[in-house]
Amino acid sequence: MTALQEAAPRDPRDPRDAAAPVSGRREALHFALRNGKLLAGAGVVLVLLLLGLIGPLTIDAPPNEYVGPPMQGPSPEYWFGTTTFGQDVFAQFVYGLRTTFAAGLLGGVVASLIGMVVGFLAGFRGGLLDEILNMLTNIVLVIPTLAVLLIINAYLGIRSVAAQAIFIGLTSWPWAARAIRAQTFSLRGRDFVDLARLSGSNTWKIITREIAPNMSSYLLLTFILLFGNSILIASSLDFIGLGPTEGVSLGLMLQNASQWSAMQLGMWWWFIPPGAGITAIVGALYVANVGLDEVFNPKLRET
Amino acid sequence: MMLRLDNVTKVYKVGAFGGKTLTAVDRVSFDVPEGQVVSLIGESGSGKSTLGRMILGLVPVTAGSITLDGAPVRPGKEYYRHVQGVFQDPFSTFNPVFKADRVFQLIREAYFPAATAAEWDERVRAALRDVRLDPDQVLGKYPHQLSGGQLQRVLIARALLLDLKLLVADEITSMLDASTRIDVLNLLAEIKGRGLGVLYITHDLSLGNYLAERTVVLRHGTVVEMGATDKVFGRPLHPYTRQLLSAVPRLHDPWEDAEPVTSCLYHDSGAAGGLAEAEEDHFVACARLEGCREERLEGRPGGRPEGVLKGRLEGRLKGRLEGR
Repeated sequence: MTALQEAAPRDPRDPRDAAAPVSGRREALHFALRNGKLLAGAGVVLVLLLLGLIGPLTIDAPPNEYVGPPMQGPSPEYWFGTTTFGQDVFAQFVYGLRTTFAAGLLGGVVASLIGMVVGFLAGFRGGLLDEILNMLTNIVLVIPTLAVLLIINAYLGIRSVAAQAIFIGLTSWPWAARAIRAQTFSLRGRDFVDLARLSGSNTWKIITREIAPNMSSYLLLTFILLFGNSILIASSLDFIGLGPTEGVSLGLMLQNASQWSAMQLGMWWWFIPPGAGITAIVGALYVANVGLDEVFNPKLRET
Repeated sequence: MMLRLDNVTKVYKVGAFGGKTLTAVDRVSFDVPEGQVVSLIGESGSGKSTLGRMILGLVPVTAGSITLDGAPVRPGKEYYRHVQGVFQDPFSTFNPVFKADRVFQLIREAYFPAATAAEWDERVRAALRDVRLDPDQVLGKYPHQLSGGQLQRVLIARALLLDLKLLVADEITSMLDASTRIDVLNLLAEIKGRGLGVLYITHDLSLGNYLAERTVVLRHGTVVEMGATDKVFGRPLHPYTRQLLSAVPRLHDPWEDAEPVTSCLYHDSGAAGGLAEAEEDHFVACARLEGCREERLEGRPGGRPEGVLKGRLEGRLKGRLEGR
């Protein structure tokens, strides 16, 4: 908050401060570097991401190997202790972070892509296409994801992280599509869209080069929310046993801890790291999202 | 070059499932010859902007035809090489996230991909100087750093980069202050001198009068009066035109109310496009022109004088036609 208050008086649009013309992008960076929420949120996500990327390289044994004595609390050798079966919780945690990020990223990308394509097309073309895409959006919006997943799992089985992430992506795009459609709708009536037409641009070029850049901050925020959302859904699915059956993820760790009564046995080191990890990632993403919102939206900045 | 509109009609579908229709433009016909400014005058909602957008191919035509040099208009890259538009709000015409000179870049990408950077820069600078802008002052700036007048001139310069035959100027001066406005108008007059046709769409009678050889007055989507500007302005025949003219504020002259536009006294049949030729190069719609019509159209084939006239109006119109 203090960073915000410091930043507020130096509005680059202020004529007194107009020595050097400040571009939109540079202005955003200027405020981003002074936004506490954004820096804190992005920092937490980055640290955990690095841990997930680099951590597994330092660990020799696979995460589910029975490497140590069972049921041991945190120690210099096993930082997060061991499970009932002597698996290293820290190894599971860093591998789990990697999987969780992968699931969130892939799910977020798939959902964002579908949401953008549907939203842009519906908003820009309007008419019958809009009606059809809107209907599709509403149908997917009310599909009970969990029930569908149960059925899919029963018939096909979700074995890999990628399949799980794609399923999440395929079911979580509707609200993004609606939001992007609404934004596109308001932008497509602007004269610069007509001018692009008069410059020989086709629909695709107008969407990608005129409309999308105008809402780039909006698209970024959408992606971040979808990313966090995917992590949450993936973890929930893992926890209730509908996740990938191979490998390890934070949600699977929680499921195992619950299945082997870690709480009743007082093995807090088994379930707190994955729980705290999920909370930290998603919470930090949302805090960063609020910070980004303040960076891009001058109205929020002035408070 | 000749842009010809022939019975151009635009019907919008409105309401749930397009159940109702709204006729925005109804059988409008006129020409924009080369080297002339034609001003299209009408109040808000008269369909003048819709007409401009149809000519630019931004809105499809429901019925009728628009032809350029006899060829039907097909919106696309080739058409826009010859026909360009400038819109009302300069700040909305520029994408606010990009620099203003990006409009030149778009033209280069689409029409002159072979031009080298240096060549292109020289052409842009020349075009900017043509519209009396200092290239160094406008290049590399964001739209919000330029004034409305500068932005509109940048857009005209953009159009001049192409092999332009017709410029549709849709209310281009309504967001400008008075002194800038006259600069932009003089610029349009200059463009006309290069043999371009200009369709100048406006609600401002005095601006239309200042610039245009020919004037088309539009009301509720139909042409009520058109012809040579001095005739339309000097001897307005249609009650609506007269009402418009009397609504122009003049110094030291109290406003007077023109007689309200009442229902039309008789509907015409036979006259082309629903317009009757009152005198040479002066057409009036559907004979809401009372006395004139009787005098001028008598004996004309298809002319069907009807004598339901209001004496008061008749006298006044006669006076106007005889030159007061």
